[in-house]
Amino acid sequence: MFGDYFSRALIAGIGLALVAGPLGCFVVWRRMAYFGDTMAHSALLGVALSIILSMNMTLGVFAVAALVAGALIVLQKQATLSTDALLGILSHSTLAVGLVLVGFLTTVRIDLMGFLFGDILAVSVEDIVIIYGGGVAILAILILAWRPLLASTVSPELAEAEGLRPETSRLVLMILMASVIAIAMKLVGVLLITSLLIIPAATARRLSATPEMMAAVAAVLGAIAVVGGLFGSRTWDTASGPSIVVMALVIFLVSLTVPVSRLFGRRVPHGT
Amino acid sequence: MNAIVPRETLITLSNAGVSRGGRTLVSGVDLTIARGEIVTLIGPNGSGKSTTAKLATGVLKPTTGTVTRQPGLRIGYVPQKLSIDWTLPLTVERLMTLTGRHAPADIDAALEAVGAARLRKAAVQELSGGEFQRVLFARAMIRKPDLLVLDEPVQGVDFSGEVALYELVRQIRDTTRSGILMISHDLHVVMAETDTVICLNGHVCCRGTPSAVKRSPEYLKLFGERAAHTLAIYEHHHDHEHHDDGCVVAEGHAHGHTHEHEGTQSWALSFWRGQIPPPERR
Repeated sequence: MFGDYFSRALIAGIGLALVAGPLGCFVVWRRMAYFGDTMAHSALLGVALSIILSMNMTLGVFAVAALVAGALIVLQKQATLSTDALLGILSHSTLAVGLVLVGFLTTVRIDLMGFLFGDILAVSVEDIVIIYGGGVAILAILILAWRPLLASTVSPELAEAEGLRPETSRLVLMILMASVIAIAMKLVGVLLITSLLIIPAATARRLSATPEMMAAVAAVLGAIAVVGGLFGSRTWDTASGPSIVVMALVIFLVSLTVPVSRLFGRRVPHGT
Repeated sequence: MNAIVPRETLITLSNAGVSRGGRTLVSGVDLTIARGEIVTLIGPNGSGKSTTAKLATGVLKPTTGTVTRQPGLRIGYVPQKLSIDWTLPLTVERLMTLTGRHAPADIDAALEAVGAARLRKAAVQELSGGEFQRVLFARAMIRKPDLLVLDEPVQGVDFSGEVALYELVRQIRDTTRSGILMISHDLHVVMAETDTVICLNGHVCCRGTPSAVKRSPEYLKLFGERAAHTLAIYEHHHDHEHHDDGCVVAEGHAHGHTHEHEGTQSWALSFWRGQIPPPERR
């Protein structure tokens, strides 16, 4: 079943979507979209550094993304510039430094477009193993840490007063995001990673009554976007990564026309 | 209903203080909360109320002095305000299990107790302010806390609502024997059943029963003469005596002992539950 490149792309993409959906819900709930973008942009710096240091690229990307997240936390504590401005600085400077470093690499030829927009059709069996191995680990941590993560999303103050550790939850979430970015980069590229986190989750919101349901729906919608996008890209010979994102967008737009927003969570009328 | 129950101290702060970055947030706080006792912290903004509450709940560690908590102390927290973004789909039912698992029957019972049973399936974003507050109360109570922390519980609640809410707090205290720590910057009503009011301004200015604090020179100095007139003590009339541990009660209990208001409690609770319209202002 791993025989041809198209099946490999499907399997890899679905695996990524199943992880990105639930994690993306937290990105939406906690308004971390720009934060996710910043971590994703730093991935290119991770690529450049791992080539220079000749280390595993997935690990390199993970390490840089996690470092950027850590740097942001430290800078936020200084509280001189707004988080928004800090994200803008980190996001674009890591991308720019990455691009400059890649330019210095004369010994290796780098497919820059592949890193920026992904090359899901080039995934190897080894990549699939990394995606599913990492994906299972990420989902397992997410499930184990679900209650404290959700509680500290609703109110860090409340979670803390009742004995949970919101700072730890935040750290766990950042590490999970860095991991997803590391495994997603090859597939959809640093510029499109956050779309796979956010669009399925945002679509799932209108279809869900509980956080758990939203996470599951986001995973399924993400997988549908991957399948639809890949078949679309084969049919019309379009770039695969962007096609997946376009498909996710189409599903989102269609979901807006479906009048389901009040199907769930509707209050019971008075007097019952 | 209360026989002589031995005083069971839940939390003791002795000379506790917190400094951060060379700045003293609060210092020299002595405070105990026992089971079945209500302690109210009052003080202006930045006076260290929240910091003191955080010391009590263990969120902050004291930099001076000591804080002793009963091992395994279970805390229920009703936050001052909580806005839940539309992007997070959350029903009342799901909110009840936010920080711990609870059986469906317990969820029903807790919501029933605050008159919010019919809201079980509702999305939290659709609740009115009063409904949401009741649900938050139920959420804290379902944990069967040893200590209930109420952060500005009557903020934005009108007078009748306040009265009803205090009735509920009193009922919770009487039925569950939780210790209750209330935080308030709004001085105009302090519950008479508060065993100890602690008036903070970076340190403990004064303490005692509500009526004692109202007359204390430190209180007048901190909040001005006018405050003494606006510090209305909501008095609950009831027909039985509570425990009397005599810890800090210098003035005797402020509440009267009359038999004529037996209906007060059920009226207030019904009102708070939104089951009957608010009465004319009395």
